[in-house]
Amino acid sequence: MSTPNLIGGIVGGALIGTASVLLLALNGRIAGVSGILGGLLTAGTPGERGWRAGFLAGLVAGAGLYAGLSGRFPMTLQAQGLPLLAAGLLVGAGTRIGGGCTSGHGVCGLARRSARSLAATLTFLATAMLTVFLTRHLLS
Amino acid sequence: MKQVIAAFFCGALFGVGLAAAEMTDPARVTGFLDLAGDWDMTLALVMASALTVSVPLFPLVLKRPHPLLAQKFALPVKSAVDRQLLAGAMIFGIGWGLAGLCPGPAIAALISGSPGIFAFVAAMIAGQWLAGRLMRRSR
Repeated sequence: MSTPNLIGGIVGGALIGTASVLLLALNGRIAGVSGILGGLLTAGTPGERGWRAGFLAGLVAGAGLYAGLSGRFPMTLQAQGLPLLAAGLLVGAGTRIGGGCTSGHGVCGLARRSARSLAATLTFLATAMLTVFLTRHLLS
Repeated sequence: MKQVIAAFFCGALFGVGLAAAEMTDPARVTGFLDLAGDWDMTLALVMASALTVSVPLFPLVLKRPHPLLAQKFALPVKSAVDRQLLAGAMIFGIGWGLAGLCPGPAIAALISGSPGIFAFVAAMIAGQWLAGRLMRRSR
């Protein structure tokens, strides 16, 4: 995996940034997936649910479109079974408690010059790197 | 309805971006997080590229009186860096490090049909719900 995805990474990142700007400009909403998902689950009105469901459906459709056109969709899970489930629980809980994830705090929050998002982004990056270090290099 | 279509379009653009960047491949993500291993810089490129677009344009968009299809901008209200934020970020970071999956790529990766992805997303939803209950109780 040390061969980086240079063109895909740069173009993909630009698309992610553009999508975030557009969601803000059109709907006035932050493209933070954890918030969009959480909001969908707790929303009381169709008005709150509609755009969220639309965005999430678009995520899947967009990935599908790319996979269909490129003919490939590499996806190698890094955990199985209980550790995978635990990871899911932690990602869900952590993003709810911390109010965001890589898209919400990372792409959007930093663009808003938010000190909260900077703190969150640095924290989850450092914690994730430490976790990988511990699991891959110390404990295995 | 216009909002739903616009959101779908934005989500699709986002999804294409995630897939093109291969952020939907947990191996690429953990490759970046694995500083001591065979380091993969892709995620850093993705972030840098995304920010190159969002950082200059967000303030310009927010200068307008309101969004194009809605009455107002729905922005986060909290400004203080507090313990809850940091605790949440740490918890999220552990999960992200363990699986190499965060919410956006996980949902996009549902297209692969992988049972593991479905299980992760289900657990993520459960985790959000549990945290919501915890937060309401501690109020």
